[in-house]
Amino acid sequence: MSGPSTYIPRTGIEKWVDERLPIIRMGSDFMTYPSPRNLNYWYAFGGILTLCLMTQIITGIIIAMHYTPTIDGAFDSLQRFKRDVNFGWLIQPMHAVGASMFFLAVYIHMFRGLYYGSYKAPRELIWILGCVIYLLMMATAFLGYTLPWGQMSFWGATVITGFFGAVPVVGESLQQWLLGGYSVSNATLQRFFSLHYLLPFVIAAIVGLHVWALHHAGQNNPIGISVKTKKDTLSFHPYYTVKDAFAIGIFLLIFCFFLFFQPDALGHADNYIKADPLVTPAHIVPEWYFLPFYAILRAVESKLMGLLLMVGAIAVLFVLPWLDFSKVRSMRFRPVTRLFFIVFVVMCFILGWCGAETPDNMVFTVGYKPVVTDLAAYLELTGGTLPSIGTDREIAAATAELTKAAEETCNLDGSKSLTEYCEAKPLGLNFLWLTRLATAYYFAYFLFILPAMSLIETPKKRPDSITESVLGHNTNAALAPAE
Amino acid sequence: MKTIKTLLVAASMGIATLGAASAVYAAGAPSEMPDGAMKHKKWSFNGPFGTYDKAAAQRGFQVYREVCASCHALDQLAFRHLAEKGAPFYNEDFPNPNDNPLIKGFAAEYEIADIDGDDGSAITRPGIPADKFPPVYANDIEAASVNGKPPPDLSVMVKARGGGADYLYSLLLGYEYDMPESMEGTVGVGSYYNPVMEGAVIAMPPQLVEGAIEYEDGTEATKEQMAYDVTQFLAWSADPKLEQRKRVGFGTMFYLGILTILLYLSYRQVWKDVEH
Repeated sequence: MSGPSTYIPRTGIEKWVDERLPIIRMGSDFMTYPSPRNLNYWYAFGGILTLCLMTQIITGIIIAMHYTPTIDGAFDSLQRFKRDVNFGWLIQPMHAVGASMFFLAVYIHMFRGLYYGSYKAPRELIWILGCVIYLLMMATAFLGYTLPWGQMSFWGATVITGFFGAVPVVGESLQQWLLGGYSVSNATLQRFFSLHYLLPFVIAAIVGLHVWALHHAGQNNPIGISVKTKKDTLSFHPYYTVKDAFAIGIFLLIFCFFLFFQPDALGHADNYIKADPLVTPAHIVPEWYFLPFYAILRAVESKLMGLLLMVGAIAVLFVLPWLDFSKVRSMRFRPVTRLFFIVFVVMCFILGWCGAETPDNMVFTVGYKPVVTDLAAYLELTGGTLPSIGTDREIAAATAELTKAAEETCNLDGSKSLTEYCEAKPLGLNFLWLTRLATAYYFAYFLFILPAMSLIETPKKRPDSITESVLGHNTNAALAPAE
Repeated sequence: MKTIKTLLVAASMGIATLGAASAVYAAGAPSEMPDGAMKHKKWSFNGPFGTYDKAAAQRGFQVYREVCASCHALDQLAFRHLAEKGAPFYNEDFPNPNDNPLIKGFAAEYEIADIDGDDGSAITRPGIPADKFPPVYANDIEAASVNGKPPPDLSVMVKARGGGADYLYSLLLGYEYDMPESMEGTVGVGSYYNPVMEGAVIAMPPQLVEGAIEYEDGTEATKEQMAYDVTQFLAWSADPKLEQRKRVGFGTMFYLGILTILLYLSYRQVWKDVEH
């Protein structure tokens, strides 16, 4: 990794190993890796995520020992695992809650990267590898959610694979190839299980590359000024091992709260009902961590456009290092972009909210508009008839006139329609339009705001070095002990 | 200062996740319900130290056997589960639930399909504690032809509905409300109005009738009592390890809390003379 190695083999065995496979050197250099001295707690999520990945893999391997990947056996095998296998009651929720915690941590890690400009040169590949990991995590989580074979498992898989059918020309074949049939079936469950077991190891491999690239390019830091002298850094151990350990303690407390006291709060009750292809749940919603993307998927009428938007929402992250070409990394010195960033975070939460709601539901209602729902009933009451002679256009015009007349007699008392043939249509903002607004901002942030700000924004004055930012201007004062 | 910041961050992380979770539930909330139809009870098993009301769960098992069991199965349960640690019929004298005479008795009341060990013919024999509760119907088609719709399995029912125990309790007592005018004529034969049910129409006729059963412990079998008892039993059935989980959880959180404080102090010590 970067920098000259400080490892000195002390014993004969260490020397022997070091000449043949310098693996102890690698570990030692890893522990003494010079890290910027000003890293805050937002930088603890790398360690937290490593822990999450390990937890998921270990619990997953144990669950796989007891899991039956068939449509008749899957649901019951997990129930048996939780009821009859020692600590099954702990390990299965640990895996399920662990998935949520993993995403919680990865989202914070990503927002951290966005805020401090960790995707900028020379760290583009760290960021892109991170995006690949995130994409693989989404795939793994989606595949894994199918495995308990509850109602949401089945219908979630049906809805999401359905979107592949929207791909032009090859869509139908692609969908059938993914499913191993014409619908979500035993073949689907078995291949999803196989892939769900495979992908975490691919993730682990890419995490290796991610960390390798990080150690080569060096960590970014909250002020985004590159490390210049040795004084700017501290040895990873003990300074950051102890700081990360404290952060992990806090994270585990949150994890354990959900695991032991609210194990089902992050899931959906319907997944405790065995999958039934003949009964569609009233609301099909994905896990909370997919809600923003689910909202984007539904932001437009066309399935294909929805799919493109959702893929685009992730694809745009891959090219972010070239969309935001401002030389200033940290938002601390970009006052205007910082405001846009805060709005961006809020919009992401709004998208999550929209993803959980039915698009036609109202966010807020300012009033009601009468709408005639049953013109025939109105005509019967008033003794009128529908026009029947004349051209189509004349009939349509006459009908519209009658409808308007009927509308005027609609009795709207505040919020409710009192006349049988009318209905009160709420006026205001529904979730569909809120979704569209937030989706538009999501893309605008990356495609217009960041490039534009890179050109026009005047950044605040930045300190010359990390040391200066830590000590004010008195760079000669004792920075104490380091080694 | 740093600690306060950390705690704030931790708290907001927690709140954000909870918010996301409740948003998911909000999406499934029923629309119009008469006041009081959804009853909110203080269940003994809620809260960080919650435990099941064993006496009620035992009575609840009686309600299940004498009322529910004619249509609803308990697919995931074996008889021995009833007497495991934390279960309604746990008895310290019989740490192995298979030895529990009460459970042997319950099991023996059921006829279990089996295969004769000598000639391979299909036979039935009395149940033993290791057996699972047998299915009520041979298959879903039979269940549907008898009942109109197949009665759902009850073993994880309390977890399978958004409202949990409150939902089940309210549903069992939800037959007493008058149907809104707008629904009149829409509920067919063999269906009943029950505002707690999604869509407010349920295929199950009202089951709990005052005094329908005679409790072995002499408790008066009111509707509310029976609904409460069977909910306790089915809550246990859906989450049989709840007591163990909460106990281990408290210990774990306590340990982690101490560890985190020690880690914080170590952090302060290590960084004591470092400007950062």
